[in-house]
Amino acid sequence: MSSDTRTATPPPPTDPTRTRRAGRRQQTLACVTLLAPFTALLVAVFLVPVGYAIGLSLFSEDHDGLGFGGGETVFTGLRSYLAVLSDPSFLSGFGAIALYCVIFVPTVVIGALALALLLDSGLIRLRRTAQMLLYLPHAVPGIIAAVIWLYLYTPGLSPVIKLFAEADVTIDFLGLHTVLPSIVNIALWSGLGYNMVIFYAALQALPREVLEAARIDGAGGVRTALLVKVPIIRGSVVMVGMFSLIGALQLFTEPMLMNQATPMVNSRFTLNMYIYDAAFRRNNYGLASAASVILLVVTCALSFAVTRWAGRRERSAK
Amino acid sequence: MTTTTATTPTTPALGTPRGRSSGSRLTSRSIANVVVGLAALYTLLPTLWLLMASTKNADALFGSDIFSFGDFSFARNVSDLFAMDGGLYGEWYVNSLLYAVVGALVGSMISVAAGYAFDKYEFPHKEKLFGLVLTGVMVPPTVLALPLYLVASGIGLVNTFWAVFIPVLFNPFGVYLARLLSSGYVPNEVLEASRVDGAGELQTYFRVSLRMLGPGFVTVFLFQLTAIWNNFFLPMVMLSDQHLYPLSLGLYTWNSAATVSPEYYPLVVIGSLLAVVPLIVAFITLQRYWKSGLTAGSVK
Repeated sequence: MSSDTRTATPPPPTDPTRTRRAGRRQQTLACVTLLAPFTALLVAVFLVPVGYAIGLSLFSEDHDGLGFGGGETVFTGLRSYLAVLSDPSFLSGFGAIALYCVIFVPTVVIGALALALLLDSGLIRLRRTAQMLLYLPHAVPGIIAAVIWLYLYTPGLSPVIKLFAEADVTIDFLGLHTVLPSIVNIALWSGLGYNMVIFYAALQALPREVLEAARIDGAGGVRTALLVKVPIIRGSVVMVGMFSLIGALQLFTEPMLMNQATPMVNSRFTLNMYIYDAAFRRNNYGLASAASVILLVVTCALSFAVTRWAGRRERSAK
Repeated sequence: MTTTTATTPTTPALGTPRGRSSGSRLTSRSIANVVVGLAALYTLLPTLWLLMASTKNADALFGSDIFSFGDFSFARNVSDLFAMDGGLYGEWYVNSLLYAVVGALVGSMISVAAGYAFDKYEFPHKEKLFGLVLTGVMVPPTVLALPLYLVASGIGLVNTFWAVFIPVLFNPFGVYLARLLSSGYVPNEVLEASRVDGAGELQTYFRVSLRMLGPGFVTVFLFQLTAIWNNFFLPMVMLSDQHLYPLSLGLYTWNSAATVSPEYYPLVVIGSLLAVVPLIVAFITLQRYWKSGLTAGSVK
C-alpha cells in the first residue's frame, strides 16, 4: 500500500505543498487503518451491546393473559428497574457484595502493600523466591483457585479440617457466617501476589535520595515505610484499590462454584449471579438487562468517584 | 537469590540508626522474614495440595493422608482424564489454547496498533475517543457478558466459536498501555527520519515501530492471555455445546457432575493441574517483559 504511493510520486519534491499534502493524506490513511479494527470492536462488543441492553431494559414481553396472543413486546419504561430494585433477592445480593467489598478491598490492598514494603526493606532472605511464590496464584485461573479451595473447605476431603479435628476443633468453612470470609479468602489468595508485584515495582522506582534523606534524619524502617514510601506510591495504592473494588463488584466465579456445595450460597448470591439467574433460569431478559445496566452504572460511578477523589487529594497535596 | 546476598551488606544501616541495639534489629529482621515466609506458605500450600492430590486415585483422595506418597496413580489419572467422556478434556484444552493464544495474539495486534495511532497521530475528537477507551478499561468484561449474549442471540452467533472469540479480542487496557509504551519506546524522531527517507507510514509501523514496541507487545499479550485463559462468565453465558467449552467451563461442569458421581473428583483435580501449566510456562519464559509492563502501568 505504502510502496505504490512512493512509485506514484517519483519526481523529487518540486511542489512542496503538494507532497506535504500527500504525506498528510498518507498519515490519515495509516491512522485510520491502525485504528479501524479496534474501533470496530469498540462499537460491536461495547457500545452496541450496552445500548441494546439499555433498550431491552425499557421493554418487556407482555403477558397479561387477556387472549391477545401474548408475547407482545411493549414499552414499560422503568418498570424493570423498579422490579429489580424492589426484589429482595437483588437487594440481599447487593448487601452481600457490599459486605464482601468492605472486607476484601482493604485486606488485599493492605496485605499486598505490607508484603511489598517488607520485600523492599532489604530484610528478607530469598527475596526472589518469595516473590515468585507469592505471585504463583496469579497463574491459577479463578475457577481452579475456587476448585482447590472448595476442596480444602469440604469435610472429608480437606486436610485442613482434618488437622483441626485432630486438635478437637470442629470448623465449618461453609457455614452461615463463615462462607463470606471463605470466599474473601479465595479472592485474596488469587490477588495478593499480583498486587504486591505492582506495589513492589512502584517502590523500586522510588528516588533513592529521598530514602537516603529519611535515613539521615534518623527515621526507622517502619517509619520510613509508612511516612515516606507509602505517600509517594499513593497513586499505585489508589489504582490497585480501585481495580480491586471494580473486580469485587463482579464476584461470580467463586460463589457460583460454592453454590453447588453449600446451601448458604444461593443462586442469586451476588449481582452477577442474579443477572445470570434472571436471564437463564427465569428467562426474563428485561429484568436481567435492567440489573446489568444498574451494575454498569454503579461500577462506572464508583470508579469515577474514586478517580475524582484521588485527583483532588493529589492536587491539594501539592 | 543473588540479589539477596548483594543487598545484605548495604541494608543493616537502613532502619537502624546508631542508637538502636543489634538485638532489636535481629528481631525485626526475623519478624519480617517470618511474615513473608508465612505469606509464601499461604500461597504455596494450596497449589502443593493440588499437585499431591493429582497423584491420588478416588479412594485415596477421600481416605488417607494427602501428603503421603503411598499410592501413586498420576499416570493413570492422566490417561483417565483424556479418556473420559470421549476425550472431551483434550477438546477443551485445544479450545482454550485457540481462544487464549490466538485471541491474545490477534487482540494485542489490534490494541497495540490502536495505542500507537493514539500516540503518534492527531485526529479530531482524539481525546474524546480515548476517554471512551478509558471507560472501557473501567467496565469489566463480566458486565458486558449478558448484553453481548443478547446481541449474539439476535444475530444467531450464540453457541458458536465466534461468540467467545470476538468479544475477548476487545482489550481497552491494552490500548491504554500501548499508548503509554509507544510514547516511551518509539521516539518521534524515528518517524520523522523514516518519512524523510520516503518510507510509507504503515511500512514504518510494521518494519520499525512494531519492532521497538516488542517488549510492550509481549506485555499486552501476556495480560490478555491471562484474562482469556481465566475467562469463565462469557463462555458460560454463550456456550451450550460442550465441544466448544474452554477448560474453565469444562472443569466447572465436571465439578458439578462430581457431586452426583464422585469418579469425577480426581479428574477435576488432575484437569485443574494441567490447566495451570500453560500460564506458568508463559510467565516464566516471558518474565522480564511483564515486569517492565507492570512498572509502566504503575508509574502513570
